[in-house]
Amino acid sequence: MTPPTTGQRPELMSVNRVGKVFGGATVALQDMSLTVRQGDFISLLGPSGCGKSTALRLMSGLSLPTSGAIRWAVPQEPGALGVVFQEPTLMPWATVEQNVWLPMRLRGASLSSVRGEISETLRLVGLDGFQRAYPRELSGGMKMRVSIARALVTRPKLILMDEPFAALDEITRFKLNNDLLTLQAELGCTVVFVTHSVFESVFLSDRIVVMAARPGRVLRELAVDAPYPRDESFRTSAEYAALCREASAALHDAMGEAA
Amino acid sequence: MTSLTEGSAPELVDVEERSRRRRLAFEKWGKWVLPVLVIGLGILAWHLVVTLNGIPHYILPGPVLVFETLVKDWALLLDALLITLQITLMALAIAVIGGVGLAVLFTQSRLVEMSFYPYAVILQVTPIVSIAPLIFIYVDNKMAGLLICAWIVAFFPVLSNTTLGLNSADHNLRDLFRIYGATRWQRLRYLQLPSALPYFLGGLRIAGGLALIGSVVAEYVAGTGGVGSGLAFTILEASYRLNIPRMFAALLLIAATGVVIYAGLSFLSYMLLHKWHESAIRREV
Repeated sequence: MTPPTTGQRPELMSVNRVGKVFGGATVALQDMSLTVRQGDFISLLGPSGCGKSTALRLMSGLSLPTSGAIRWAVPQEPGALGVVFQEPTLMPWATVEQNVWLPMRLRGASLSSVRGEISETLRLVGLDGFQRAYPRELSGGMKMRVSIARALVTRPKLILMDEPFAALDEITRFKLNNDLLTLQAELGCTVVFVTHSVFESVFLSDRIVVMAARPGRVLRELAVDAPYPRDESFRTSAEYAALCREASAALHDAMGEAA
Repeated sequence: MTSLTEGSAPELVDVEERSRRRRLAFEKWGKWVLPVLVIGLGILAWHLVVTLNGIPHYILPGPVLVFETLVKDWALLLDALLITLQITLMALAIAVIGGVGLAVLFTQSRLVEMSFYPYAVILQVTPIVSIAPLIFIYVDNKMAGLLICAWIVAFFPVLSNTTLGLNSADHNLRDLFRIYGATRWQRLRYLQLPSALPYFLGGLRIAGGLALIGSVVAEYVAGTGGVGSGLAFTILEASYRLNIPRMFAALLLIAATGVVIYAGLSFLSYMLLHKWHESAIRREV
């Protein structure tokens, strides 16, 4: 059995010629178009200032586009969207369990009624048994896992991740990359992932959107055809190296144009 | 050579570790013993200065006489202490309700904040001794007047600290609350109030001391004595009669009250924060 190719999957969200201007003059994002389909793992790759975080904020609905439109193909009920920031962004006064409870608590669910779902999600991210720990007792990687569990607990259709592993050491990042792919395969969710690491984007994504800065815009879209599941052997394969070279060259073009 | 096997492994204590342990042990007892020692030496010096120089008790009473007065006048002093304590604690309670209430109102509406914050500042920067006489002209009930004075002094640190705390909630967390469709009330209850707690407790500790100062200063201004007078009036009255030992005894009680209030609020702060906030967490090394 082969997974459906990108073109056959049902559409989830379309970003149609979206632009964002700050303060009436600073063009953060220009004319971006992107179709997100269910099950996609899309990376937005680019140098700083290319508008990739702006694009993510627009997709999350936290800010409104100056021009163009973002359209959900499915009804957008609360909890359909999960977000992971660069920082773990946990509430320090709350335990791991209470932090993961947050999205459901805001919908009025009591802790006892969703404890099972919380435990299940914590198990998925490898934090079973840490329910009562406080964030300060956890390592950076573990905090990020809590943050991911919080985003996953509502079983969202779309997860937006804004350079979630940028502040972690390489060993932890590789481990989390592997686990993220396993989770995505298991839950079948759609991910849009912002990164400035070529290697990370190639390892994770089936599509890479290469962006350039000043003004922030999409330069080109690369398909990463390597089949899932990808694991450590993929990370050391010649195929991976070739794909990284290609993405690197595209990114280099982006930097060159901007400079 | 012996091998380092489990169980029989000798402790590896280097120079740095040894000095660290010595420092820890010193800090453990020094924290309590040193202040007590210094205050004891101070009292001894006071006693010696008074006795060796033969200073008369109506100029400077010795510590022994002050202690005797404290015991002899205990009934009178206790009544006064209870009055002062009552005003202080009530003022503090109203300061907390008013300060937190206004802070929440300010963060809910920029309009209200812009309109009323300047008045809070004006109340704070105007010295209480200059407002108090007016208050006692307009307010008949002396108790109510004292309470208003103490409240004016105490509420501002609660207000300004809580406002700062409510506004200092993590921006990414705010975004997250928005994405999950949190209501205004949910954001306040689950995000802003917990974020503000350490700031509020810092303000509360300052307010505790200020409430005591406010109630004492106001009583000085109010001046009239009779039934229901606090420690400030006890000091005033004793000074008219040149009863210096009683002045010292009352002063001692005011200072002790301030220390107890501060210690109590510090303990409260520790209890509420020690699980998660940096300020209350012991570092390992």
